[in-house]
Amino acid sequence: MAAVATCGGDAGSAGSAVATASKSNVTSFQRRGPRASGTNDSGPRLVSITGTRPSVRNGQLLVSTGLPALDQLLGGGLAVGTVLLIEEDKYNIYSSLLFKYFLAEGIVNGHTLLVASANEDPANILQELPAPLLDDNCKKEFDEDVYNRKTPESNIKMKIAWRYQLLPKMEIGPVSSSRFGHYYDASKRIPQELIEASKWHGFFLPEKIPSTLKVEPCSLTHGYIKLLQFIQNIIYEEGFDGSNPQKKQKNILRIGIQNLGSPLWGDDICCTENGDSSHSLTKFLYVLRGLLRTSLSVCIITMPTHLIQNKAVIAHITNLSDIVVGLESFIGSERETNPLYKDYHGLIHIRQIPRLNNLVCDESDVKDLGFKLKRKLFTIEVDSISL
Amino acid sequence: MFPELNNLLNTTPDRAEQGKLTLLCDAKTDGSFLVHHFLSFYLKANCKVCFVALIQSFSHYNIVGQKLGVNLTMARERGQLVFLEGLKSAVDVFFQPQEKPHPLQFLREANAGNLKPLFEFVREALKPVGSGEAGWTYPVLLVDDLSVLLSLGLGAVAVLDFIHYCRATVCWELKGNVVVLVHDSGDVEDEENDILLNGLSHQSHLILRAEGLATGFCRDVHGQLRILWRRPSQSTSQRDQSLTYQYKIQDRSVSFFAKGMSPAVL
Repeated sequence: MAAVATCGGDAGSAGSAVATASKSNVTSFQRRGPRASGTNDSGPRLVSITGTRPSVRNGQLLVSTGLPALDQLLGGGLAVGTVLLIEEDKYNIYSSLLFKYFLAEGIVNGHTLLVASANEDPANILQELPAPLLDDNCKKEFDEDVYNRKTPESNIKMKIAWRYQLLPKMEIGPVSSSRFGHYYDASKRIPQELIEASKWHGFFLPEKIPSTLKVEPCSLTHGYIKLLQFIQNIIYEEGFDGSNPQKKQKNILRIGIQNLGSPLWGDDICCTENGDSSHSLTKFLYVLRGLLRTSLSVCIITMPTHLIQNKAVIAHITNLSDIVVGLESFIGSERETNPLYKDYHGLIHIRQIPRLNNLVCDESDVKDLGFKLKRKLFTIEVDSISL
Repeated sequence: MFPELNNLLNTTPDRAEQGKLTLLCDAKTDGSFLVHHFLSFYLKANCKVCFVALIQSFSHYNIVGQKLGVNLTMARERGQLVFLEGLKSAVDVFFQPQEKPHPLQFLREANAGNLKPLFEFVREALKPVGSGEAGWTYPVLLVDDLSVLLSLGLGAVAVLDFIHYCRATVCWELKGNVVVLVHDSGDVEDEENDILLNGLSHQSHLILRAEGLATGFCRDVHGQLRILWRRPSQSTSQRDQSLTYQYKIQDRSVSFFAKGMSPAVL
C-alpha cells in the first residue's frame, strides 16, 4: 500500500509512535496504515472499523460522506476527527439533502448517529432519510442511466473543443471493490427496519432541560452549551474516546448538526452585525473540534452563512473548520432560466480542504463544479460551460 | 526545515540570529508550511521551544515533523519541546472546573478576557532551569496561530499585549526568538485582525508573507512568498530589504523559484 511505502524509511519510529499513542488517549490521527502481512512490526494491529478506510496519501482514517462524488473531491473521504461545514444554499434544499446522505451512510455502515437540530425533531429527520441502493439492483439501473447519457455524445467527437475529452470524468458508477460509499435513491424513504436496527441519539433543542454546567452565563449561548454537554456525554459514555478499553468493537460516531447559527439556537449572529453573543459560535466550533480530535467521531454541520451579517465571522468560521463546502442553488435566481445552466441545479464550491498530517492536500484541479439531482443520483460534474 | 528557505533567508540552524520577532502571515492560502519549517529549524538548532498550537493536534505536527527530520515526541520527552495543545486543553478547561488559572482561561469568560494565564504558562515553560540544564542554546516561542485568539473573543489589544510581554521576556530578557502566525483576511473587513497585523508588522524583524496567486489556483505554483527584513528599532531612513519568490509545496519539501521561473513553465 502506498501508505506503508511512504513511511518505509521510518517504519520503526512509526510503529513505536503508534504504540506510545495507544497508551494515551485515542486520537484519530494515528497512522492507521493497513499493516501488510509482509512487514513485521511491533505496533498493535488496529481492528478495522466498518465503513472506514485509510487514506492513500497518509494512512489517515476516512469515512464516506454518503456521496461518492464528494468523497472523490475531498481526497477519498472525510477524515475521522474532522468537521465538514456545509454552507447552506438559500432555501436549504440541497444542504439538507447532503445532511441526510451523511446520516444514511452512517446507518448503512452501522455507525452510531447523533442528530442535533433546533427546528426539527431528530426522529422525523431519520424517517426522511433516502433509501440505500444495494448493489444487485442498482447495477442494472446505472447501466441504463449511463447508456442514456452516453448515446447522444458518443458519436460526436468534439473536434473543435478537443481539450474537453481530456477532462477527468467524475466517477458515477458504484464502487465495485468495497463497501465504502453507497448510493441512495432520493425518492424513496429508508426502510423502517434499518432505522430500528441502528443506534442513534437525538438532540432536539426545545426539549432539553436546563444545563447543570457552571459556566459563566454569557460565555456561550445556552443552546450551544447544552449541545456540547450532550455530545461530550455520549462520547464519554459510549467510549468513543477510548475511555472504556474493554469495549470490544470500535465504532464511529457520526454527529450531524442542522442549521447551526440560526436564531433558533439562540444565536443572533444572523440577525445583527455585532451582537452580544458574537463569539459564541466560534467558541462552540473550537470546543467541538477539540472533542472530535480526541475521539473516533466525525461531524457534519450545515450553517446558513448567507444570513450572517458580519462577513469577518465567516472567515473565522472557515478557519476553525476543517472542510468547507458551499452550495449555491439556482432556484429563484436568474440562472435558473439561463439556457447555459439548464443541466445543473446549482454550483458546488469546495472552499477549504485541510492539510492533515501533511504539507500538501488533495486539492482537485477543477474548481468549477456543478451539481444536479437526478432521481437516484446526486452528481457533481465539471461545469464545462464556464471553462 | 526546508533547505531552500534557509538559503533564501541566509540562515542555518547553527548561526541563526537571536532576539528577533518573526511574523508569518498568509493571505488567501495556507501558510502552515512556514510553521513546520520554523519548528523543525529551531529544534535542530538545539533550542528550547515552547509551541502554543491552537489550531491542530500534536500528532499532526509530529507526523509532518518526521517528514522534515525531527521527532517531536522525543523532543517533548527530553524536555526540549513544551507543547500546549489548544484543542485538547479547550475541552479540559470547558468541561471541568479548574482550581488554578488555565492557559486558556479566557474560554470560560463572558467578556473579552486577557491572556495573562497564557503568558504565565509561556514564561514558566521557557525560564532557564538552574545550571544542570541539558544545554539548550536559547529559548523560542512559536504560536500557531494568533487569529484563532481573535475569533475566540479576545480583542486585538489583548493579543498585542500578550505578544509584547512575550517579546520582553523571551527576546530581550532571555535572548530568544518569537515566531507567530497571523492570517490576513484580505478584502474581508476584519478590523481587529487588521489592527493585530499592522501592530505586529511594525514590531517584527522579519516578515514572511505567503500569498495565493492573484490569477487563482495553479497546480504547479502554489503561491508567492514575500520576505521582508526590517529594523524596527533603528530609523526608517534605510530601505528595508524585500524579496519575492514563488513556491511549490511537495510532500517533504518546498521548492522556491523566482517569479515566472517555475519548472513547469520553462
